[in-house]
Amino acid sequence: MAHAPRKADLPGVTPEQATDLTAAPEAAAAGLPPGVVAQTLGEYVRAYVARIGAGESGVLPVIAAMFAIMLVFTVISPNHVFLSPGNLVNLFQQAAVFMVLAMAEGFALVLGEIDLSVGFVGAVGAAITVQLVQPLTTNWHWVPAVLAGLLACTVFGLIQGTIITRLRVPSFIVTLAGFLIANGIFLKILLLGPFSGYPNLAGESDSLHIIYNLMWGTIDPVVSWIAAAVVVGGLGLVIWLSDSRRRKSGLVAPPASLSLIKIGLIAVVAIVVVGISNTNRANLGTLEGVPWMIPIVLAVLGAWTVLLQRTKYGRYVYAIGGNPEAARRAGINVALVRTVGFGLCSFTAGIAILLYASLLGGMSNNLQGGQYVLYAVAAAVIGGTSLFGGRGKPLHGVLGGLVIAAIYNGLYLQGISSVEWQYIVTGLVLLAAVVIDAVSRRGAASGSVTRA
Amino acid sequence: MTAAVAEPRATEEPLLKVRGLDKHFGPVQALYHVDLDLPSGQVTALCGDNGAGKSVLTKCIAGIYPADHGEVFWEGRQVHVRSARDASRLGIETVYQDLALADNLDIVQNMFLGRERLRLGLLDEDSMERAAGETLASLRVTTVRSVRQPVASLSGGQRQSVAVAKAVMWNSKLVIMDEPTAALGVVQTRQVLDLIKRLRDRGLAVMVISHNLTDVFEVADRIAVLYLGRLVVQDKASAFDLQTVVQYMTTGGTSGTNGARTKES
Repeated sequence: MAHAPRKADLPGVTPEQATDLTAAPEAAAAGLPPGVVAQTLGEYVRAYVARIGAGESGVLPVIAAMFAIMLVFTVISPNHVFLSPGNLVNLFQQAAVFMVLAMAEGFALVLGEIDLSVGFVGAVGAAITVQLVQPLTTNWHWVPAVLAGLLACTVFGLIQGTIITRLRVPSFIVTLAGFLIANGIFLKILLLGPFSGYPNLAGESDSLHIIYNLMWGTIDPVVSWIAAAVVVGGLGLVIWLSDSRRRKSGLVAPPASLSLIKIGLIAVVAIVVVGISNTNRANLGTLEGVPWMIPIVLAVLGAWTVLLQRTKYGRYVYAIGGNPEAARRAGINVALVRTVGFGLCSFTAGIAILLYASLLGGMSNNLQGGQYVLYAVAAAVIGGTSLFGGRGKPLHGVLGGLVIAAIYNGLYLQGISSVEWQYIVTGLVLLAAVVIDAVSRRGAASGSVTRA
Repeated sequence: MTAAVAEPRATEEPLLKVRGLDKHFGPVQALYHVDLDLPSGQVTALCGDNGAGKSVLTKCIAGIYPADHGEVFWEGRQVHVRSARDASRLGIETVYQDLALADNLDIVQNMFLGRERLRLGLLDEDSMERAAGETLASLRVTTVRSVRQPVASLSGGQRQSVAVAKAVMWNSKLVIMDEPTAALGVVQTRQVLDLIKRLRDRGLAVMVISHNLTDVFEVADRIAVLYLGRLVVQDKASAFDLQTVVQYMTTGGTSGTNGARTKES
């Protein structure tokens, strides 16, 4: 009844005008200038944080943080050794494990779940691979050995995913159980064969060399430059063509300048990374070229980015992370998508720990699988992936992994190699990232409520 | 959508005809022998107090709950709607009160969720964005700044508009809306009511569930009232006034014409 006069007041009001009507009283109600200022500033910050949350410019803060960390360590490290090519390549190698493990954890996090088992599930796969290529025992070719290890990881992940989705047990508990079970299986596998629990990659066999070279092998400098040029050129062409096509057909697209900046940034990163790697970093003799692990990490990054951003499966992963009920009503097989997500998570973890095995030149029971899980979560969240589901990209894992590795590496250079300090600093960084995640999410939520 | 435009009110046979629908949950009889007609080109408001069975009836029509007894006729033919998929295949789309939108996805992604277009195995974003933009424009939803806005950044009325656009994009002939204006302010409500009228003008059948009788009288061509699981009355909106609808909702009849317009009991 109260609405009756309203009808008379607003005949033929177009929707645009209608919105203006809501906006006007709100602005008037805000009243005092300081309030207005605070509100607009808050609105601005909220919009920015919301954009970060939505992954639009989510990489800017972490890149800024990374530069800050690198600057600090460069200044304080003895002889500024932090920025030396030798140390930076070392840093890339340490980071590779964190990066790939964070991309693995990303699947669980975007789905709104968590996987605590990644460290030891990956270890099971890596241990299987390292054992299978041993010339003294099974002497498998490296290809089937790697595939067998990754398959074991995937099956483990699918089983966990099935239990989580079909029996509706929280992923936290299921993967905690999986963590313990995988730890046990991992130790059992290590004890196989005549290696007293320490199968290593030193020895004369092509397959051993190849697994070892995943981390330590280098690509010829000239080939590195050509490959980098091809990758940057191809990627730049794809970005430019798709952006300009969208601009022409009037679809939402970044302005040409932004497309160029994007391509330029990719080129700069490629030049810096290849340039550093191609500098001779040996104290004696020659050691130069891009380590194999860089194209490996990039391949994982590229594959998972396409899967998550450009396929139906990826779209469903985000939808389930954002609103599982909406996904269910849209006819999406939620249980299947989540189960496969856990499978992909464990598969990727297998790649990560295989890189770890290569870095260490073998497998041993020293692997801190539990610590690695926390690093993986920390790296993903630091990079911009939300713990609350629905937001995050593989690129976030890569950037976050680099930050974690930089802290790890920098503290080591300071002579603070004790795990106590690494734990404390990494813990603080994780805490900061999670707090930013939670605050930005709450800010975005309250922003939409006030606008409603 | 063009198929349904012609002669909206001329058709004799209602688009959807429910006859003798029963539904119980354990010992609780939620619906008794409900008869309901939903004609094309008209907005039918379903009213009733809490627990009258509005949601159950909606869900039976939308294929979420199977009915115990009763028949459903779609364009004159008897149909069995066993799932939400069956319902969308016929052209029945439901906009639930919670809208079922994923906040982290943008408007295009939400509108195509579960029915994405592919090109060479990858998502065809360009074609989806164009189609979503056209559908929104055809409904004259012009308040959203960009179809690439995440739904989290939209107002309540805009979300409702996106949910409706999502429903009508699939050549739907019947759109069921559960409390479309419940959470909205005055201006947002106006936008949504206008949107409902536009759906009707396109020749769609619309069923609106609402508590807000002011909105009901503004937008409805027909009114049906549920009382404790029984459909006590349905008629042209002009046959009612606010008082009689309230009486039907609270007592199941009017003192003067007790049960006279009721088709059952």
